Amino acid sequence: MTDAISSFGAVGRPVSIHTDDAAKARLKGRYRAETWFKWLGAAAVALAGLFLLLLLSTIVTQAIPALRQNYLTLPIDLSAAKVDPAKLDAVNYDAIAQEALTAKFPDVTSRQDKRLLRGLISTGTGVFLRKDIAADPGMLGKTVDYAVPLDDFADLYLKGLLADVGSDEAISTSVTPSQTSGDIDLTFGDAAMLALARGHGATEGENGMLTLTSGASSLLVAFNSGTVKLTALSPGANGTAVAKGTVIEALDSTAPAASGQAFLRVIDTPEASRKISDKVIVWLDTLKSAGLIESRFNSIFFFTGASREPELAGVWGAVVGSFLTMIVTLAIAFPIGVSAAIYLEEFAPKNRLTTIIEVNINNLAAVPSIVFGLLGLAVFLNFFGLPRSAPVVGGMVLALMTLPIIIIASRASLRAVPPSIREAALGIGASKVQTVFHHVLPLAMPGIMTGTILGMAHALGETAPLLMIGMVAFIVDIPGGFTDPATILPVQIFMWADFPEAGFQQKTSAAILILLVFLVIMNAIAVILRRRFERRW
Amino acid sequence: MVGYLVVLLLVLAAAAYWIGRTRAIASVNGDVARLHSLPGQHGMFLALFAAGPALLAIVLWSMVTPGIESSIIADRFSAELSGMGVPQVEAFIRDAHAMAFGGLVGFADPTKEAAAAVYKSIHATSAWIIWAIALMLSASGFYWAYSRIAQAYRARHVVERVLRAFLITCSAVAILTTIGIVLSLIFESLRFFQQVPLYKFLFGTHWSPQSAFTGAGAEAGAVNQDIFGMVPLFAGTLLITFIAMLVAAPIGLMAAIYLSDYASKSVRAVAKPVLEILAGIPTVVYGFFAALTVAPYFRSMGESLGLNVASESALAAGVVMGIMIIPFVSSLSDDVINAVPQSLRDGSAGLGATKSETIRKVILPAALPGIVSAMLLAVSRAIGETMIVVMAAGLAANLTANPLEAVTTVTVQIVTLLVGDQEFDSAKTLAAFALGLVLFCITLTLNIVALRVVQKYREQYD
Repeated sequence: MTDAISSFGAVGRPVSIHTDDAAKARLKGRYRAETWFKWLGAAAVALAGLFLLLLLSTIVTQAIPALRQNYLTLPIDLSAAKVDPAKLDAVNYDAIAQEALTAKFPDVTSRQDKRLLRGLISTGTGVFLRKDIAADPGMLGKTVDYAVPLDDFADLYLKGLLADVGSDEAISTSVTPSQTSGDIDLTFGDAAMLALARGHGATEGENGMLTLTSGASSLLVAFNSGTVKLTALSPGANGTAVAKGTVIEALDSTAPAASGQAFLRVIDTPEASRKISDKVIVWLDTLKSAGLIESRFNSIFFFTGASREPELAGVWGAVVGSFLTMIVTLAIAFPIGVSAAIYLEEFAPKNRLTTIIEVNINNLAAVPSIVFGLLGLAVFLNFFGLPRSAPVVGGMVLALMTLPIIIIASRASLRAVPPSIREAALGIGASKVQTVFHHVLPLAMPGIMTGTILGMAHALGETAPLLMIGMVAFIVDIPGGFTDPATILPVQIFMWADFPEAGFQQKTSAAILILLVFLVIMNAIAVILRRRFERRW
Repeated sequence: MVGYLVVLLLVLAAAAYWIGRTRAIASVNGDVARLHSLPGQHGMFLALFAAGPALLAIVLWSMVTPGIESSIIADRFSAELSGMGVPQVEAFIRDAHAMAFGGLVGFADPTKEAAAAVYKSIHATSAWIIWAIALMLSASGFYWAYSRIAQAYRARHVVERVLRAFLITCSAVAILTTIGIVLSLIFESLRFFQQVPLYKFLFGTHWSPQSAFTGAGAEAGAVNQDIFGMVPLFAGTLLITFIAMLVAAPIGLMAAIYLSDYASKSVRAVAKPVLEILAGIPTVVYGFFAALTVAPYFRSMGESLGLNVASESALAAGVVMGIMIIPFVSSLSDDVINAVPQSLRDGSAGLGATKSETIRKVILPAALPGIVSAMLLAVSRAIGETMIVVMAAGLAANLTANPLEAVTTVTVQIVTLLVGDQEFDSAKTLAAFALGLVLFCITLTLNIVALRVVQKYREQYD
């Protein structure tokens, strides 16, 4: 009896190999494996999404600063003494703008500092000024407030990309300077400044002496309408602290500043590891607090050609080059691709030759793009002697590359048109050509267009073959025709990514953003076409 | 000037269409049903003959004349050019051409100005000749075709035959492209192999073509044959491809499995576009990402682990390339997995298998040939990929299997050798074509093998 009971489970069924404990454990293990597998799959998808997110967020966060540019408004003296209205082209406009800037800082006297100061504004200032005067001669003969673009380092600093700068904090003790300019001593009312300097990487010396080298954060003290940079600190008598400092902006008196009257600014990034000196930072902050600096939409970037100077470099030349190249590509690849697809799908007899063509097209689609560049170099440039760097050659190379994509997409689209359409047309007496061109092709057109747009989007992002045919040349002018030397957007991105100047990194990202926007628009058009016009039979 | 001629011919064609149509209708006194072909087809017929031959002649002319013109110039100025080498003569002709028709002139001198003047006059003469030929062809074509238009004339057949010939020509472009690729690669490579023996190129382990000649400057001697060994490039390419496949194969395959068998409709609606966007991002963007974000990240991570990671490590380039290939692998695998018939899944489920068991033990074995083929295609794609490695991998050939070091690849070297100034007879630039030929052969072989794998081992279920 007991044996009988033990051989029945709780629900009264006999225990077997499929229901005993080992089986339950096995089942549990199998379900666990199932869950694991499922999560592994989900993780793979999530990882792919994460990569995309990482890529796009990196690009976008870097690109945003490049969309704006800082301008400095200066009173430019365009009186007849400076600018001879009869000889507008002979005037050194850069010098006039630089004079206006140096006039803002009468304390700056040394040659080196003056050069540093002049470097604050872009080297393209003169060009802009001349162009604006030519457009509006009314500016001449007086002093006008004119906004000039800042140099890339100044611009990047103001965007907060070159140095970590803390906000001004009031010093809660008195500060007494020994002189108003040069290397001076400062006496602080308490020793709090010593602890602060230690916290910012000051080097310990003998007798509690602290030295602030260029490897430490910069401590700037602003009071009496001037700024002093601290170089060394030591404990003084009666719990005070004595600091040595260099005056960057002259103080107006040696009167002690009361508690709360002096302000401390800490630049966390050590001077040695940033590309902008303390002096320039102080000048820029002065100009900024005077309300002379203004951040504007970066029209230079969008509407000018390339340049070696980051603040003057623009994408317009590359955009125009891309546009011209795409026109050539489309004009060649679309008619040829669609014609080839029509022939292969509708007319071609099934024989050896057409099989070869088909295999050929599939193989062409898998040939590395750089090989097409080699073809263009050997055939178009060296054999036919076409011009280097020209959109017409680039367009031809890209057309050969896009051709297989368009042919494959068009064939798929033609195949999707049901035979009944053809039979109906043939039945009422249309010729084969009329059937195809009047009935099949219009029905297949949305699919063909979608494939073409996707192929063009692919061609727009292609870089490698165009490097081979010399579109990597440095071209400043906006190309005006199909045979002018030009560069294209992806190649411009490639070139800018190689430039060492910090400003180009943002420009590169912004150019990528523009390229991606074009691609998104093209893909969106393709999706809309597919949604609206494609018929399922 | 010839541009106007083309426009004129197009206008003539439009006029001819209208005239042909009118004449066809007039020939039957407006009773269109009596015509063999439609009036429009008669119009097309006339337009084709009025403009077609002339346009063909212009195309031919524009392909042939530049060569003839420059050879005439070289002939007329043979006395001045006699002492020059081939590159100087080419530069002379290029400058003369630029001075005559606009363009970048190297430097001007009186001889070149004289040549430019001759150039101009020759070109003007040849333009007049083509005008005359084109107009004559146009007139005679028009006259002949016009006289044929009649009630019973089979204009449709002619038009359709011409159209079909055009379609066939377009299909042949694909073959011509392949022939062009193969011929140009082989031709230039042969010139390279005349200077460097094939076995030294294929099996040499030292690559530094920047010092292609023994000696420098005026003392440049023979080509140093021992510095064109492509083994390090090939090893570098394989290393980066291997890393890329380590990333792309598992992620792409698992993503495909998840999306085809597990994901709900809403997940799929999000995940599929994500993969498509990943596939649509230009490779230069991936290159920028690799060089400016991933490589420094790996470098600093390696430093914190006490490893010495090169700033252009194979790892960074490989991982980013893997990310680029994920959508490629997943979309190909997706197709293959979906092609396995539902009956197999149902059968497996009926035997009590869980979903993952079905996938691992039934679907994947059934889809194996397709998946292998997808992986081979992905490898071929990775080998031929250029921009990521150009921007993120090294330039110096380095024979190593350490993924933390910088290696270079075949495509990087092609770009380095051909970007910038180049003369077209040095072993250095020709080496790029030899590398291109190797690249073409490898990718072609991989594609063919991938195709054969599917054809040979595919199970026929239906």
